[in-house]
Amino acid sequence: MEVKQGLYYSKEHEWVRVEGDQAYIGITDYAQDSLGSIVYVELPQEGKAISRDDVLGVVESVKAASDIFSPISGKVVEANEALLDSPELLNGNPYDNYIVVLSIDNQDELKELLSPEQYDEYTKGE
Amino acid sequence: MYTDILKEHNAVRSNAGLFDVSHMGEILISGEDAVPFVNKIITNDVSAIPQNKILYSPMCYEDGTVVDDILIYKFSEGKLLLIVNAGNIEKDEAWINKHITGNVKVENISDRFVLFALQGPKSEEILKDILDEEIELPSFYWFIETKILGMKVLLSRTGYTGEDGFEIYLYLPNSCADYEKLWNGILDAGKDSGLVPAGLGARDTLRLEAALPLYGHELSDSILPIEARLRSFVKLDKKEDFVGKTALNNQLEQGLKRKLYGFEMTDRAIPRNGYDVTKDGKRIGYVTSGGLLPTLGKNGGLLLSEDLTLENDDVVEIIVRQRACKAKIVPLPFYKKKYKK
Repeated sequence: MEVKQGLYYSKEHEWVRVEGDQAYIGITDYAQDSLGSIVYVELPQEGKAISRDDVLGVVESVKAASDIFSPISGKVVEANEALLDSPELLNGNPYDNYIVVLSIDNQDELKELLSPEQYDEYTKGE
Repeated sequence: MYTDILKEHNAVRSNAGLFDVSHMGEILISGEDAVPFVNKIITNDVSAIPQNKILYSPMCYEDGTVVDDILIYKFSEGKLLLIVNAGNIEKDEAWINKHITGNVKVENISDRFVLFALQGPKSEEILKDILDEEIELPSFYWFIETKILGMKVLLSRTGYTGEDGFEIYLYLPNSCADYEKLWNGILDAGKDSGLVPAGLGARDTLRLEAALPLYGHELSDSILPIEARLRSFVKLDKKEDFVGKTALNNQLEQGLKRKLYGFEMTDRAIPRNGYDVTKDGKRIGYVTSGGLLPTLGKNGGLLLSEDLTLENDDVVEIIVRQRACKAKIVPLPFYKKKYKK
């Protein structure tokens, strides 16, 4: 399972890439592998206020629907609409295809996320 | 080994797939009263079929709801093998034992079998390659005992995918070595035909397309078989009085309160088991099974409706995460079954 450097990770198997005061958020390789073929993605509205642990969106595989929980608090700046027609992009390239961009409310929340090494350990234990 | 549900699904429809379904249960009923006894606990009529034929039947509670849906393999008038759903083995065995009448013996022999399902248009040609003798293969819903790769098997032309196919019961004589020999032997024989191993995920999408019921979804202890479109498997005129007969008869006389319908999504969304269904904003029922219909390139499923006026092309709403998503009623099955009869 690929764990990419330069990203923050959550225990719910999301990754966060920080660019200034914005956070690009997606799901990890571990997540897409566990889900299997992703066939549907539900995105949040732009402008929506999100608290940490709120449901950011939904990813559906053949078998089940899975909530995406926000690793941080912020406001939705952009949702990746390419995923509406091509949800399988998340399987092919989970780190290159972000799901949502949030403006970061509180940079301190990033401290509570996992480093790549910590996430790697975490997934080995699951 | 297992790949992706959609790949496996498509392989079964185009070539063939091999499923390990050994978790299914087998209960042997033997004795001179085997047939009348089983006829008292199932809704269908096992006295009406000849030896080596297989019968599908619901098995009901007194109130007409379903204990399980099973297959009955008729070896003889004194020997019937019941194939029961994996999750219901203990419950079914207890139920059957509770209702014993006459000269019969009931044995749960589930741990004596390994069961593989070989399903798809190429099944027959793959199977012919590994039969020990050149024999005539059984037709749809018939079974024989024969040998594959030197091992004794029970072979039936049955399945749960809507394709031509076979179910292969290996009498577990001894070891895991036989299991592997059979599994690998079949995969090997099917290599050039595009045979792939297939898992339970694909098994579910395949049966959904063929509109085959799944216990716990379309059938349960709160659903009558006649509500689930299984009227033809309920033989009210057979000689034996059977458990649930009065309740089912009464419901038929009063008229059904609910019925299963097929639907396809017209809005972009995936319907799932348990989602509410509304028509013109009023709740009429719920989704019993839903998801992808890969061969059709659509999403859809089965719903249990209290509105019995529904007709093909009628618009209903499936409530997906509090949003009403449009769907239309369609005829069943979604995918036309390709059985070799």
